Amino acid sequence: MYDVAIIGAGMSGLAAGVRLALYDQRVVVLERHYAVGGLNSFYRLRGRFYDVGLHAVTNFAKAGARIGPLPRLLRQLRLRWDDFALREQVGSAVAFPDCELRFTNDFELFRADVHRAFPAEKNNFERLVGRLPSYDEVLRLPQAVSARRVLEETIGDRLLREMLLCPLAWYGSARENDMDWGLFSVLFRSIFMEGLARPFRGVRQILKHLVQKFKSLGGQLKTRAGVRQIRVDGKRATAIVLDDGQEIVARRIISSAGAVETHRMLSDAETLPSPAAGNLSFAETISVLDRSPGDLGYDKTVVFFNDSEHFHWQRPGDELCDVRTGVICSPSNYVYTEQEGSLTDSIVRVTALANFDRWSRLSAVDYAAAKEDWYERMVASAVRFVPDYRPSIIERDMFTPRTIRNFTWHENGAVYGAPQKRFDGSTRLDNLYLCGTDQGFLGIIGAITGGIAIANRCLQQSTSDFPS
Amino acid sequence: MTAPDIREAILEILSDIVPDDDVSQLQDNVPFREQLELDSMDFLDIVMELRKRYRIQVPEEDYAQLASMASTVAYLEPRMRDLEKV
Repeated sequence: MYDVAIIGAGMSGLAAGVRLALYDQRVVVLERHYAVGGLNSFYRLRGRFYDVGLHAVTNFAKAGARIGPLPRLLRQLRLRWDDFALREQVGSAVAFPDCELRFTNDFELFRADVHRAFPAEKNNFERLVGRLPSYDEVLRLPQAVSARRVLEETIGDRLLREMLLCPLAWYGSARENDMDWGLFSVLFRSIFMEGLARPFRGVRQILKHLVQKFKSLGGQLKTRAGVRQIRVDGKRATAIVLDDGQEIVARRIISSAGAVETHRMLSDAETLPSPAAGNLSFAETISVLDRSPGDLGYDKTVVFFNDSEHFHWQRPGDELCDVRTGVICSPSNYVYTEQEGSLTDSIVRVTALANFDRWSRLSAVDYAAAKEDWYERMVASAVRFVPDYRPSIIERDMFTPRTIRNFTWHENGAVYGAPQKRFDGSTRLDNLYLCGTDQGFLGIIGAITGGIAIANRCLQQSTSDFPS
Repeated sequence: MTAPDIREAILEILSDIVPDDDVSQLQDNVPFREQLELDSMDFLDIVMELRKRYRIQVPEEDYAQLASMASTVAYLEPRMRDLEKV
């Protein structure tokens, strides 16, 4: 008998586990995959390590800072700043035809660049910044407010509206053609005001410390332990049945599997309507270069590009991918310490919107051919906005919506989950909570914060538990 | 535990929760929130640490009693009076 069973060893599940174990709760984390990390995992291929999801950790705060999401989560998990060892970005950009906005971790530079590129919008941009709700206020906002509407009310120049929406949608909008205003505000703060960073060792650095902390506090981590069913009796979840038939009993269950994915696990799922799944999935090319991106004149950390004045944020209809907009990211372009040096492998990643259904219908032969084809097309699209690195490519890999589905079990390969979020993690069952993607706290820092928030709810309730 | 022991115990808890804050200069009659970088999540830590270290249960409706050092000690004194100092 456990106090809490957590489904999924991603960032949110592990963080919830640490927090609960810290206060002597008997916790087990159940992960279907053999590796931890979920959407932010890593893998080894032909002798090289690759991160799965990580472009950048948002919400940067310097060592010693006491305010903000990062210092707060480090406190709550009793971790040290050096455990995540975040190194700041060199500088990033939003690139549209004939217009580029640059940003670093110093918001004043971004502000000045917006003023430079859009002098007539100077006051409007400041009004927008003034309208951004705080993190705490966002939790109390209704979810139906459209960021596009707020932008239209505040900013006159359509191009500026699109250029603000593009990077923020890319880093977290599960809603097609728009995003939630609260989420827009969170991401605006996380990306433009706090900034981007990355550990030298990538996502492994963060996962290692979460797992170590969890285990050192007595938490149990079971990999290759997929959940087949959650038994339901009335308003309570009574037991978890694993893929191998083993049963696990816990007072409370936290699921990071996603809203629709968790719903399907419930033994009474068929009697109730299923929540809506998300529609937006991605493909990503990973190119290893024979020289550093800097040697090619490429010094940006992340470039969000869009090749027309109109930003389209929707599932591609007629094709496997939509390469009109994308994200280019180079893990080499962070300010690592002298001791760390530069990364062994120079990698450039390009992400594009992709259609899960089309990718999943392909035969094995067609799938392999489509990967080749779209690798070329995605990279060709990207090099319109950064130096052409194609002659330097010595190794490549690619993930598609199918890969995402296979390793995260997210319905439709939807990286950002369902459009409807539940910040408080509540479900129709009294002792089942959601954390992770469908809770709506985004990015690595968001996911960890969300996991902590749900763990805190469980801790609060545990004060009235009978001892067992 | 006497009131000074309890005060000492709370200081220890606070220095674990907010290791970067200097708790030695804390003024007893001023709310913690005005002196330390504490948010509502951190207040839960005080409650949980009390449970973990001293088996003291603070129900949710009493959280407001933990606003300042003076009110916390006053609230805990009758509940911790019979505990041995650790």
